[in-house]
Amino acid sequence: MPTRQRAILILASLALLTLASFGFALTVGSFKVSYADVFAALLGHEGGGGEVVLQLRLPRAIAGFACGGLLALAGALMQVLLRNPLADPYVLGISGGAGVGAMFAILIGLPVIGIDGLAFVGALGAMFIVFGLAHGDGSWTQTRLLLTGVIVAAGCGALVALMLAIAEEHKLRGMLFWLMGDLGQSAQWWPAVLALVVALTLAMPFARELNLLSRGMMQAQALGVAVDRLRYAIYLLASLATAASVTTAGSIGFVGLVVPHLVRLATGNDQRLLLPASVLAGGSLLVLADTLARTIIAPQQLPVGVLTALIGVPVFLFLLSRQPK
Amino acid sequence: MSRALLEARQLRVAIGDMVVINDLDLSLEGGERLAILGRNGAGKSTLLTTLAGLRKPSGGAVLLDGEDASLLPPRQSALRRAWLGQFQNDPFGSTVLETALTGRHPHLGRWDWESTKDADFARDALKAVGLAGMETRQIHTLSGGERQRLAIATLLTQAAPLYLLDEPLSHLDLNHQMAVLELFAGTARDCGAGVVMVLHDPALAHRFSDRALLVYGDGRTAIGPVDDILTAETLSELYGYGLRQIEDRGHRCFIPE
Repeated sequence: MPTRQRAILILASLALLTLASFGFALTVGSFKVSYADVFAALLGHEGGGGEVVLQLRLPRAIAGFACGGLLALAGALMQVLLRNPLADPYVLGISGGAGVGAMFAILIGLPVIGIDGLAFVGALGAMFIVFGLAHGDGSWTQTRLLLTGVIVAAGCGALVALMLAIAEEHKLRGMLFWLMGDLGQSAQWWPAVLALVVALTLAMPFARELNLLSRGMMQAQALGVAVDRLRYAIYLLASLATAASVTTAGSIGFVGLVVPHLVRLATGNDQRLLLPASVLAGGSLLVLADTLARTIIAPQQLPVGVLTALIGVPVFLFLLSRQPK
Repeated sequence: MSRALLEARQLRVAIGDMVVINDLDLSLEGGERLAILGRNGAGKSTLLTTLAGLRKPSGGAVLLDGEDASLLPPRQSALRRAWLGQFQNDPFGSTVLETALTGRHPHLGRWDWESTKDADFARDALKAVGLAGMETRQIHTLSGGERQRLAIATLLTQAAPLYLLDEPLSHLDLNHQMAVLELFAGTARDCGAGVVMVLHDPALAHRFSDRALLVYGDGRTAIGPVDDILTAETLSELYGYGLRQIEDRGHRCFIPE
């Protein structure tokens, strides 16, 4: 069991990692900026690479951190809600719904704001469809929720494939980048940051109750958790966090699945530590991956989702093979 | 006047359309032990979860400490009764001590972390069920019987005055079956706790309970002091299988014909 002191220590070291990832993101690129210039720019001095840092790299790094944090938080919450270590933020079809919305917007030629708007509408649509269907007779067991989500996600996947098939040639690249996850397209960074702050603030007071929920609904209720209300809240919170991230940066894979597992492996399954630690670790990972994505074969950019998946797949397989049978 | 720890009034419990308990009146005082017996699927566990307030009754009311259980906030209920379920499954890893500490949840404020006092509580409970020294073990490395004893330790850590136990002896070897039953007998005698347990062995039920509740599965129930109600005749009817009764030094034993 982590004590409060140990939790604070771990969070502090993760905060340092976050700082380091920002330092990396702000200095590295096709246009090199020294740390001194970065500090000068952040403090409001003109000159050096100030423009590049403040106008391009900082907003992108902040958006990346927020999206990574949101995905890791949503993943951790979904794993508790479904009591399934293999759950991730997309398992219940949120990203599928957002994908359908975004593809449709690109297909009919809407500007960025329209793509974001329709993606968010699509995510909310999928959320309500899954909830409505899974809730059904009021029982909404984990299995039913999971099955409904997986089926809705499959349906969305088919719609996305359909739109890719009928799309004009010159729109395909934009569509694929959106689907793979790409921070270059994010129009605004503040909605994701706001969503992250709100989601974490709302989730933290219930962290110990989430610990109990992960051990079983009846056990949690017997120990004094208002299980039904908590599950509704978690479902809504995780879905909205996912929707906010997907709207900002497309469906970036594996952060939401792998980061909670990495943190769990290092610190144990206490949500009081796991949730904030996942946010910091997920955010930092995405900032690092995005910086690599835009520098590895610069000037060409890779979609960051490709890199998180490339890092995520082997790490996850390694974790899985290590898990005691 | 002391209020009953647990009271059921005109309680009706249904599984789907099937009424398994009808018009049950029951009152349990502190220090009393009640065994629930019946065939598989007769509704024993469903009755127990209803008594724990984890399931809405189809009719009537359950009172904990004189207050309607369905109106109590979950945390208040958790301070008044502890419930042991039949199945423990753990999708996520956790240590033995962490698991035992979950019993402290209703005693802690929203932002509290478990104190060393809580940890001592949990260690004592682990010791009481013979799991001392296993605090740092991962729970999925435990055997079935050890996992069951850990669940019982968690219950003791919860320190509620009323224990509702669904098959507390499952997976336990003979030695630990007796230890667990003696543990709860001691808790009832020394701490005035009430104990309700679903049991499958009428001999152990006779030896470790004051009263027994027979659940027939068709809505009928019968309750009475163990000496009166746990006889070869009633049990043969209950289980639908002939039983012969043998007495030895005050203990009853039932042998299938």
